[in-house]
Amino acid sequence: MSAKVKPVPREWQQVMDEDTISRAISRMSFEIVEKDRDLSNLAVVGIRTGGEYLGKRLHQEIQRIEGVEIPYGVIDITLYRDDLLSAQSQPTLRGTDLPFRIAGSRIVLVDDVLFTGRTIRSALDAIIDFGRPKTVELAVLVDRGHRELPIQADYVGKRVACDRSQLVRVRLSEMGYKDGAYLINREER
Amino acid sequence: MVDHLLGIHGLSKSDLYRYLDAAHSFVEVSERDIKKVPTLRGKTIIHVFFEPSTRTLASFDIAGKRLSADTINISAGSSSVKKGETLLDTVRTLESMNPDVLVIRHSESGAAQFAAKHLSRAAVVNAGDGAHEHPTQALLDLLTLRQHFAKQKRGIEGLKIGFVGDVVHSRVARSNVWAHLALGNQVRLIGPSTLVPNDFARVFKSDSVSVEHDLARGLEDLDVVVCLRMQLERQDQNFVPNLDEYSKEYCVSERLLKRYAPNSVVLHPGPMNRGTEISGEVADGPRSLIRRQVNNGVAVRMAVLYLLARTTESREEFSV
Repeated sequence: MSAKVKPVPREWQQVMDEDTISRAISRMSFEIVEKDRDLSNLAVVGIRTGGEYLGKRLHQEIQRIEGVEIPYGVIDITLYRDDLLSAQSQPTLRGTDLPFRIAGSRIVLVDDVLFTGRTIRSALDAIIDFGRPKTVELAVLVDRGHRELPIQADYVGKRVACDRSQLVRVRLSEMGYKDGAYLINREER
Repeated sequence: MVDHLLGIHGLSKSDLYRYLDAAHSFVEVSERDIKKVPTLRGKTIIHVFFEPSTRTLASFDIAGKRLSADTINISAGSSSVKKGETLLDTVRTLESMNPDVLVIRHSESGAAQFAAKHLSRAAVVNAGDGAHEHPTQALLDLLTLRQHFAKQKRGIEGLKIGFVGDVVHSRVARSNVWAHLALGNQVRLIGPSTLVPNDFARVFKSDSVSVEHDLARGLEDLDVVVCLRMQLERQDQNFVPNLDEYSKEYCVSERLLKRYAPNSVVLHPGPMNRGTEISGEVADGPRSLIRRQVNNGVAVRMAVLYLLARTTESREEFSV
């Protein structure tokens, strides 16, 4: 009944499996709701493309826990990247859709992996171009350290210790894989 | 990697979709409160218009500014061209200011390509050269059609398009025809034989282009009708006896469309001569996508600038 699941390369080291991810999302959802029980201005925004599906899952989980409807949006930070004009390949624009009033909102940004922090900086710039949120918080599935900017996550699924040269990738069922987070060595990229 | 946008001729279907897909994102930017993204911050765009233009120039200017680039507008009347400077010298002088993009409009066909040949650093965008090409107009026309047909869950391939009017002098028509041929569409060129010569279809070397001198026959079953401006400035050259006669035979009216192309939509590159090539009823009616065309101009030009301006740095670093 379900489509064939794509496998990941064997050399990839799994650091989170399906259950761990599911529990992390559940825990983070409760943490978000616990922080401020007033959800009237809460909105979840997934950063394309890594945070898009995770954001949707968090959004659905929060709605399920609290029995309320909250807005969900996606943001494409391509136009705000600080490395855009020197990148060799052309990043594809995917578009931003924020179907709620930014001014006065409590936004929870979602991304899959937090690394240098530059993506989050771009996302903050992009959001502020739309309006002035009351607060912005950050939820990530994996925090892999090696920050290049003073940016931290408020909600973290798992902290993974690794070398700067290694890669951390998240694969999800929405993408055709079994849920998992992986650590990949330089030679195996 | 495309360094210039000199024309549509030679672009593949996937090249066209690349521009259209990017333009789609920029439509959203133009609908925000703060209509600005920092993408081309620090980049310099010079618009050199040797032919007068209000709308195209404004459209390019807004596009550049919304991308946070610095834009400079130079029009022939106020520049050294009046003092007798050649195109080559003008272009070379501008290049020494190190612009990232040069947007050129000129009354001679081939002017944009000429400029591109003699520049080593700037990316060139053709904003209209003589009767040759006006690529950004064709792209915004395609975007407009794509948005319209998307509502019916259709794409822009497999369409029948007709161009009515002064085809032979129209760079808009030429760019559009190349675009539709790349998409595999059928094209009909409709008008009097003085403005749509019988053998004009041969220019495109394609069986998908035909010529028709009778408007009703030409309109039959079309999905899209593009009305071309009767260029009043050419009226002393007697391509038509007078505008009234032209209008009697070739004005696109609701009565004709309802009868011969009932499901068609209408485009016009502007500015319109209401009552001459297009009736007021059609221009303001539900078939008309003209206002959308104007809106899309900025988004398309932002996409073009975004896709071209970024190659200049990598070209310097990685050129062979």
